[in-house]
Amino acid sequence: MLINGITIDDTFAEAFNMRGTRVIITAQNLTWAYHAANAMTGFATSVIGCGVEAGIERELTADETPDGRPGISVLMFAMGSKVLMQQLETRMGQCILTCPTAAAFAGITSEDNINLGKHLRFFGDGYQTSKLMNNQRYWRIPVMDGEFLCEETTGMVRAIGGGNFLILATSQPAALAAAERAVEAMKKIPNVIMPFPGGVVRSGSKVGSRYKTMFASTNDAFCPTLKGVTHSELSADIESVMEIVIDGMAFADIAKAMQVGIQAICDLGLASGVKRISAGNYGGKLGPHHFKLHDIMAASV
Amino acid sequence: MTALTFTLQKTLRFAINCSALTPNHLADKSLAEIASIMLPYGKNQLRVDEIFSISGENRQVIHFKNSSAALNYLGANMSSGEIHIAGDAGAYLGFGLKQGRIHCHGSSLAFAACNMQNGLIQIDGNTGDFLGGASAGLRKGMCGGLVLVKGNAGDRVGDQMRRGLILIEGEAGDYCASRMIAGTIGVLGQVGSYAGFNMRRGTLLLAKPAELHATMQNCGTHTLPFLSLMFKSFAGLDSKFASVSTQRVQRFVGDAACMGQGEILLMSANNA
Repeated sequence: MLINGITIDDTFAEAFNMRGTRVIITAQNLTWAYHAANAMTGFATSVIGCGVEAGIERELTADETPDGRPGISVLMFAMGSKVLMQQLETRMGQCILTCPTAAAFAGITSEDNINLGKHLRFFGDGYQTSKLMNNQRYWRIPVMDGEFLCEETTGMVRAIGGGNFLILATSQPAALAAAERAVEAMKKIPNVIMPFPGGVVRSGSKVGSRYKTMFASTNDAFCPTLKGVTHSELSADIESVMEIVIDGMAFADIAKAMQVGIQAICDLGLASGVKRISAGNYGGKLGPHHFKLHDIMAASV
Repeated sequence: MTALTFTLQKTLRFAINCSALTPNHLADKSLAEIASIMLPYGKNQLRVDEIFSISGENRQVIHFKNSSAALNYLGANMSSGEIHIAGDAGAYLGFGLKQGRIHCHGSSLAFAACNMQNGLIQIDGNTGDFLGGASAGLRKGMCGGLVLVKGNAGDRVGDQMRRGLILIEGEAGDYCASRMIAGTIGVLGQVGSYAGFNMRRGTLLLAKPAELHATMQNCGTHTLPFLSLMFKSFAGLDSKFASVSTQRVQRFVGDAACMGQGEILLMSANNA
């Protein structure tokens, strides 16, 4: 498939079942809401080393938040509910409770609920107070800047993690510029995050390693400096590859984000230095969700 | 279907227990069966049709017309439907209400919303003492739901209240929120003496300064974020509380005499 001169490989991205949740963080102004959200989603690029994958979904206006203050919507994904609960509570305690003027609310309703402020309330040392409003329980914890307000629980849903595509370009600046353009477009899509720094990952991995202690290692087939040394997927003119990984609440959300991102790159045309778009998979044996690039982009074409 | 309507036909010398006349009790009964229900009246019992004229069909919506303060236990232990009272109600209005709505267009006597668990009670007039309190022998009063009083309330509002919301647009008597365990009471008018007496937890929201006793500690004036959520939840109410919006309050905590951590929040005069 060719879109605006850029080749779309006939391959697919392989993704996995995850558990996901959404938290709404508000603060006195957007600056402090970002401080809280950035702290909460820090060191949360990959479940491999961080436990969770988390990111900022979007900004919220004062009209969209429960307490009428500006806010940020954060999505968080993990491989299981237990890890998600642990990570959420830890990050709530260290990143939101500590952040001046910040408050946290459930961003999703579900039959499955996980703790948001349920255990955090004990920080109040007996001075904490609960309030039941519209059948939702909130905790008021006295802190040095006033009161920290937090909903007791938030919903947890089945989600998908690991949607991805690869940008193959003739230079590193070209690959990065295209990736930036794609991420910018994808950020407008709801229910998804791109958890890596700036939404882009340069160290795509394959399963396994020659070293026994490593269960993932560099994706040598897409490393430009290993052309000729390994079984490379890259042609002679490709000098750099960037990957965008997407976690989302549902298959359709990720597919939409991939479509928008790839289309944004294709709109740049061949002159941008991007030659191909590909995707990372494990032969279809590990993840149950397959995002076929040709099917996804058929709508755009 | 028209609402099942009970129109009071006689002046009652004694109070009568109307707890049998709720939507859940009458759901499966014919009009003849309803007419033959015996209601306790003093030492005796009277048939429903000796007291009321009965009309209408819809058992889920019950109207009491020409109602008086002699009708006790209206809507007691009700678990569904609606009751509309054109006139006054006696004591124990909505006693143990589990679900549903009661709208009293007049006033009620003491112990309205006593032991209430959920649902909504609106009283357009005044109400007596122990609104949302506990019945004799119980240690917990109202456990949930919403009570909206457009007029004034008597003494001991929310005595031993455990959960729920009481909103009073008028004034409240002495010992408001006494022995309160949790929940929220809002009063837009003046409250009497000893507000929060032996209060354990919970919130008493006041629009006008009250004369508080020495064991309520002044914690200063603060901006409390939860108030915006609370007032947002009032927005849909047919009440003056729907237009209240302030996060700035003076906070008093107590009653220190019983190691309590209840709070009295005095709204800023400019915003209330």
